[in-house]
Amino acid sequence: MVEKNDYLGGATASRELHKNWIYSNASYVCSLLRPEIYRDMNLAKYGLQVVPYGGSVTMAQNGDYIGNYVDPDLARREVARHSPRDADATVRYDRDIMRQCRFIRQFLLRTPPDPTSFKPRDLMELLYMGRQAMKVDEDVLYDMVKFYTMSISDFLDEYFENPLVKASHSGSGIIGSALGVMSPGTAYVLLHHRMGDVDGSMGAWGFARGGMGAIAQAMADCFTDHGGEIIRGSGVEQIMVRNGKTTGVALENGNEYYADVVVSNMTFPRTFLECMDEKDLDPGFLKKVRNFKIRGSSGKLNIALDGLPKFTALPEGSELAWGDMHLIDSTERLERAYDDWKNGTWSKDPYIDMLIPSMTDPTMTPPGKHFMSVFVQYVPPKINGKEWTDAQVAEFGQTVINQIEEYAPGFKDLILHMEVRTPRELENEVGLTEGNIFQGELTMDQLLFNRPIPGFAQYRGPTKGLYMCGSSNPPGGGVMAAPGANAAREILRDLRKPNTVPEGWIDD
Amino acid sequence: MTRVDFSKADHYQHAVYPSPFHSRQKEHNRLKEWTRWSDYLSVPAYWCDSMEYFAGRNACGVFDITPMVKHLITGPDALPWLNRLMTRDVRKIKPGRVGYSVWCDDNGRVIDDGTIFHLQDGVYRICSQEQQIDWFMTSAAGFDVTIVDDTHDVAGLAVQGPTSCAVLKNMGLEGVENLKPFGLTYFDFEGTTLMVSRTGFTGDLGYELWVEPEYAEVLWDRLFAAGELHGIRAMGSKALELLRIEAGFILAGADFLPAAQAVRPTHTRSPFELNLGWLVDFDKGIFNGRKALLEEKKNGSRYQLVKLDIDGNKPAKDSFVFTKKGKFAGTVTSAMWSPSAKASIALASLETPHGKPGEELEVEIYFQRELKWNRVMAPCRVVKDVFWNPPRRRRTPPADF
Repeated sequence: MVEKNDYLGGATASRELHKNWIYSNASYVCSLLRPEIYRDMNLAKYGLQVVPYGGSVTMAQNGDYIGNYVDPDLARREVARHSPRDADATVRYDRDIMRQCRFIRQFLLRTPPDPTSFKPRDLMELLYMGRQAMKVDEDVLYDMVKFYTMSISDFLDEYFENPLVKASHSGSGIIGSALGVMSPGTAYVLLHHRMGDVDGSMGAWGFARGGMGAIAQAMADCFTDHGGEIIRGSGVEQIMVRNGKTTGVALENGNEYYADVVVSNMTFPRTFLECMDEKDLDPGFLKKVRNFKIRGSSGKLNIALDGLPKFTALPEGSELAWGDMHLIDSTERLERAYDDWKNGTWSKDPYIDMLIPSMTDPTMTPPGKHFMSVFVQYVPPKINGKEWTDAQVAEFGQTVINQIEEYAPGFKDLILHMEVRTPRELENEVGLTEGNIFQGELTMDQLLFNRPIPGFAQYRGPTKGLYMCGSSNPPGGGVMAAPGANAAREILRDLRKPNTVPEGWIDD
Repeated sequence: MTRVDFSKADHYQHAVYPSPFHSRQKEHNRLKEWTRWSDYLSVPAYWCDSMEYFAGRNACGVFDITPMVKHLITGPDALPWLNRLMTRDVRKIKPGRVGYSVWCDDNGRVIDDGTIFHLQDGVYRICSQEQQIDWFMTSAAGFDVTIVDDTHDVAGLAVQGPTSCAVLKNMGLEGVENLKPFGLTYFDFEGTTLMVSRTGFTGDLGYELWVEPEYAEVLWDRLFAAGELHGIRAMGSKALELLRIEAGFILAGADFLPAAQAVRPTHTRSPFELNLGWLVDFDKGIFNGRKALLEEKKNGSRYQLVKLDIDGNKPAKDSFVFTKKGKFAGTVTSAMWSPSAKASIALASLETPHGKPGEELEVEIYFQRELKWNRVMAPCRVVKDVFWNPPRRRRTPPADF
């Protein structure tokens, strides 16, 4: 395995950038990681612990808030405080979401069929999908089409009346997407955030103990334990091809490694546009790679805090401070934040999804001190079509800090150190093209057998011996490990070796 | 809280008594649910059993162990008697050390399991699940030993999890980090003596604190103040149950039937049948059940208590275990989805010849989804190692997290 950075994990990394503080530098919470793979790789043995944090809260500018508590009755009363009708509607809403998630989950560890192929395997898989679709109620099928085509805003309107209730659900529809809450297709993005689980509790999220890098570290330890070797500190200069056959990789440091099988975990465009000789690829294919939609929309601030910030909205000692905190009041305000992105700049009134993992995880900071992970939307890959300047990055950071300060006076004084990451940093440091956190947008045109592009959804690249295992491939982004597992299955198949990749667990 | 006076004849008015920690448990018990453990009120879950479980694995969980049955053993023959009673060689448990053991009836069937605390030279305390005074007195015939049931004279808190040592250090227990696993030591505490042992029922880093009941509340307060920045959380019995199964610890009444209660004699178990052969020392001289156990060692055991690693994600609670050919092999005694091992795990009692590590079997699991019962035959295998056994459990001095 070759890794461009000195540290492992790419976007699943833990780094100490401020003494005694561990940051989850990019990805920050865990839910989608497939439990089948967690178990099959025995990641527990390699030290991985995923601890659920439970709960979330959405804070409004007027000082009000809506909490999502773990306790079901408390959660219901909290919604009822804002709207008794919405409290009831939540039951129906959750049911409909779970119906869809239950349907999708069974396909996560399966290779999508090619609908144009007449290969027996593709036909069988299509038949399997059809059968599963026949098993669900027709309402679920109608809803399915809605999820893939509707905006999250319209979808929420079908269930809820209260603006804050809607706002509290809307963020999941746009996180990581260069789309607004009113853009068609964002209803699916919400599903993508809800289909994971922690210990069977569907939709729950947790922290990897020691930061998200603990996941990469456990996998790396498993890998080396099984004889694997990791070479760090130099990126791939070129994937070498001879006569249409992949022969290995040449690193930036000049070292060359030869192999019959090369597996790229880089984004789809990075693999083919930056690390391959265009002459080795078909022009039609290259054009599709260039058209792959991978627009950055998010930024991240990692902050070392001298103490716990006090949010005006939250009662003293509220357990909601342990959970996921969102700063937003309404879907309209969230849509206006998107307007800035369209106008080529970062949101001046940004949507913020922040957590204080050190409330739960004692390994991240000294006792009483805190690490705050601040995910921000919207942040464009370029400012008015030009590269970000350092001054703009700093200014963006300040916008976010000011926003938090509004909700938690005195917050600024607690800051000891801060890492600001715009799409520029995400691309340069992690290698995420345009800073898109999902390695490509999660819209219907780029999902299932269309991901990353039609004809290439089965993890095989255009040259023999080249495979793709990153999130650009089905079933898409998030710290899930499913694309990698699915790619591994296809590679073993081509090598005519027995399959060792676990099958997905079914709920029933 | 002063100690409950059990000598009053008003016990008929109380089905159950508050623990010495009750006032503090009540403050923390947001679910307001109570259960009972022996004579005392106990908390199943204070707020969320899952969060409490994770306090024990990620930070620090505190569980009231006062209701555990305790006997103080003194007198010149304390050690000879203990060695006559227990299957293991108690001479090896030096002062300031704690040892796990079982004790058997004359037929070599386990009466109970528990921990022997060598409090100071020649003074011991036995902690167990079941009342033992009758059997202890019976088996003490001919020994110059004093056995006192002091269950109600000692309040106890289990403080378990990776930050537990940091919490105790922060509480001012200087040098507690030097305590090795299964060690015990004493501290001056608020004008009394606090005993701390590095023991527990969770298979992780952890300690147990022992104090007179009059000092229970101040102990709780000092502990929780010290733990505030270390993720301390009161933990209920539901969380503890998960922690102990992951650690592979057996529980009387769940994984074996105490011999004194068995109406059906065949339902009892010997130490060998509980996979506790390592606790049986035939070289130390005579002990209760020795003859029968020697016989069993020669002729073979009827059962084997094993750990099962089960495919899939369904907990195999109360399941039957079958061979691959569908022949009955045994029953599951404890089972759960393990959030730390990320596996469906179980303890099971298998009939001989089954139960060798690596053996492939199947468990029949019934599970409910939205009121509909489903059944699955899940492949499983007998495993040797416990499901959760982090290095921090043994490290001395422990890290702060």
